[in-house]
Amino acid sequence: MAEFFNMGGYGFYVWGSFGITAIVLVMNVLQPILQHRQALREADDFYSEESL
Amino acid sequence: MNAFLKWYYRLGAPNYFYPLAGKLAPWFATGFFLLLLPGLYMGLVTAPADYQQGDSFRIIYVHVPAAWMSMFVYAAMAVAAVIALVWRVRMAEIMIISSIPIGASFTLIALATGALWGKPMWGAWWVWDARLTSELILLFIYLGIFALYNAIEDKRTAGRAMSLLTLVGVVNLPIIHYSVIWWNTLHQAATVSKFDTPSIHVDMLIPLLIMAAAFQFLFLWVLMLKMRANLLEQDVANGWVKKIIWQKQGKLEQK
Repeated sequence: MAEFFNMGGYGFYVWGSFGITAIVLVMNVLQPILQHRQALREADDFYSEESL
Repeated sequence: MNAFLKWYYRLGAPNYFYPLAGKLAPWFATGFFLLLLPGLYMGLVTAPADYQQGDSFRIIYVHVPAAWMSMFVYAAMAVAAVIALVWRVRMAEIMIISSIPIGASFTLIALATGALWGKPMWGAWWVWDARLTSELILLFIYLGIFALYNAIEDKRTAGRAMSLLTLVGVVNLPIIHYSVIWWNTLHQAATVSKFDTPSIHVDMLIPLLIMAAAFQFLFLWVLMLKMRANLLEQDVANGWVKKIIWQKQGKLEQK
């Protein structure tokens, strides 16, 4: 197991690459979800005020 | 053909596309995870270490798919740009602006993982090699198109300007692809995408292709999410959003 994480001495570079990739891709999934939630909330407010 | 054309025209209507994208997104996400898990396992565990580079070559499984996708996303944007300019299809403009974050992200990943691969193999995080430089220019093009769209208030005018700039930037794609041939510097030439048998062992190639397919699904998944968010945000005052919100608020019968 330790050998697996060591990656023949290249652990920093290999796990660094996979780590950066994971972080950037997760952000790409989360950002539109949050943006969509915010837009839905704003639309909800927009039509609540209008109906008053 | 007629049915296909009808469907194609309907894709351009937000009240059709928005719920469709919402239904498709989880399927693209499923495809992504179903490919990601075996791709990671084969790439990190079962693929043999390289005889020269040892285990450091495993960076290929994120570096190369990300680099391919950085160009694929841009090419898809260019196709949408033609549709947007010739037929004035707004949905094509939404597709372009929604593709930019993920396209720029793939470019950034290709550059960052390239640096992490370059340090142990070349002895430098960065060199002004033609492949690296043209990929960096691709990142700047993505950012430039994004900035242009956001600098113009009227979104249809912004969309046309953005589409034009997207088409101009296409020049960079063949430069990236052929850079390793035209300028014989540090970055290695293609091993897979060439008119010859790929010069990579099949046990190393299969996880690479699986990861590339996984990234394709991820792009489609993120694109659906982002297009929905952008459509809803831009169209707040539009009838189709009103209908969705009213249904949500219980003012209209759920269909």
